[in-house]
Amino acid sequence: MTALLEAKGLEIHFGGVVAASDVNLQIHEGKNLAIIGPNGAGKTTFLNICTGYLKPSAGQVFFNGKGITRKSPREITRLGVARAFQIPQLFGEHTALENLLIAAAARERRWAPFTRLGQIPERAEMMHLLEMVNCVHVADRPVEELPEGQRKLIDIAVALALKPKLLFMDEPTSGVASSEKFAVLDIVAKALTESKVTSVFVEHDMGIVERFADEVAVWNRGEVLHRGMPDDILSHADVVRDVIGEEI
Amino acid sequence: MTFMSLVPRLAIPLLLIAVALLPFLAPWSKVMLTLALAKGLAVLGIVVLLHAGQVSFGHALFFAVAAYSAAFLGQAFGGGELVSMVLIGVASAVVVGLLVGLFVVRYRYIFFGMLNLAFSMIVFSVLEKFYHYTGGSDGLQVARPLVLGIEMERPAFESLLFYGGLVIAVIVAWAVHRYFDSPIGHMLKTIKTNETRLEYLGVSARRVLLVGYLVSAALCGLGGVLMAVAQGIVTPEYAWWIRSGELVFIAILGGAGSVSGAFVGALVYEVVRTYASAFAGDVWQMILGFFLLGIILYAPRGLIGVYGSFMGRIGSNTASGKEAKRRAMEAAE
Repeated sequence: MTALLEAKGLEIHFGGVVAASDVNLQIHEGKNLAIIGPNGAGKTTFLNICTGYLKPSAGQVFFNGKGITRKSPREITRLGVARAFQIPQLFGEHTALENLLIAAAARERRWAPFTRLGQIPERAEMMHLLEMVNCVHVADRPVEELPEGQRKLIDIAVALALKPKLLFMDEPTSGVASSEKFAVLDIVAKALTESKVTSVFVEHDMGIVERFADEVAVWNRGEVLHRGMPDDILSHADVVRDVIGEEI
Repeated sequence: MTFMSLVPRLAIPLLLIAVALLPFLAPWSKVMLTLALAKGLAVLGIVVLLHAGQVSFGHALFFAVAAYSAAFLGQAFGGGELVSMVLIGVASAVVVGLLVGLFVVRYRYIFFGMLNLAFSMIVFSVLEKFYHYTGGSDGLQVARPLVLGIEMERPAFESLLFYGGLVIAVIVAWAVHRYFDSPIGHMLKTIKTNETRLEYLGVSARRVLLVGYLVSAALCGLGGVLMAVAQGIVTPEYAWWIRSGELVFIAILGGAGSVSGAFVGALVYEVVRTYASAFAGDVWQMILGFFLLGIILYAPRGLIGVYGSFMGRIGSNTASGKEAKRRAMEAAE
């Protein structure tokens, strides 16, 4: 199996904190990879390096065999890597639909000054995307008025609007009420399958990991400790002790 | 559809007609209105940047660059020709806008504002000190130019400037309105709300802001040329920071971010300034100052916002009150 994204020997320190120490990881096409680990283990740092927000002090990242280590978030996005954030990064004054339309216009490079945003050809496609994430009924509401759960979904939809090959999601269910977590991720998982996107998501809820991940990578102190199938990993003694605690 | 719900839609055409007819009733108002139009065009340039959440305290720079280009052209060709003066004035504002813009779009907020101020003060000093080329603080005369080869008498020329300026202002306002509603115009707005996401959509925020910056430089340039030919003289004061501040003042007075507010603000400002300086002598700036204070404290959406809520209140007796208010706001923007 060829790797869609491959990290080799990533190193980064913030003062005395080791956020990445010889991180090697391959991300395979068509799989949902969950990244788990205690707080401060370097999970978000890994996402930040892969999407160009941080430059590692050593090591390299390849996407489709192409080096992307020194590229900016903008260039990496253009190659087909999208990102959804732990805190939704949306255009607050714009409506949910407009947020998606802006993403579609960016994807298709619609720079003509006299086309109206609301009338670009991707409008129907974006409405469909809103449907996929169950947000059609709030299409015309400014996103700053919407509850966090919906904002999370729209944030993911904005990323999907770019038609990425790979999607990074940083805690897609944080800020979502625990009673709704599964429902939200069901929606996301369905949208991912329909869009045929490979995904990597950071998650703290083991129930979610068990249900949605095809593979799990365990992080601690800037290192990838284990990697494998969810069942094997979640019952692994070290993982139970370091990550899951006494839950199991 | 009730009469009241029609008013907001008709407001702008009615105002336009009123402004267009005013010189017939009061011929002296023509020059004042032309100056208001010139400032309105420049203020529209400020409004474009306000959409990105950025305030420039140096945009008089482009006003002056275009005005002086027109003046140089006029002096070089024995009076010059109006259309070429407008085109070359705007073009030079855009070229200078590109040079300054490539640098300042890397900065935001106070740094953006102050860097613009710095550039404008450099140009101000150059205009003051290079006496042999710029006439120093006396400035340069701008003789009445030909219009497409035709020589015009003063009253006819003033009418042409005013009505020509009015037509251009309407076209430009429409174009800016469309630009704001285009994908790249909406992206300009996202520089204010979430630049991080914009970059993560694969879009260069700097490039989006640069496009807005060039549009705003062009608009200020257009205003500058119109002002230069209407006044018949250009002075370094065109580039002075007070002029830049005045443009920002009018933008906020009219309604920050509103296209029609730029012109309504400029019109009110010019009228208040003309009368206040005639009747209140030395204290007119203070009157304007209190006026701005009132706007910021009680009507942060400016005159256009005041108008919008006024229409909403009148209409609230009817079923379509809310609708009228919404439409008034939409029409205003």
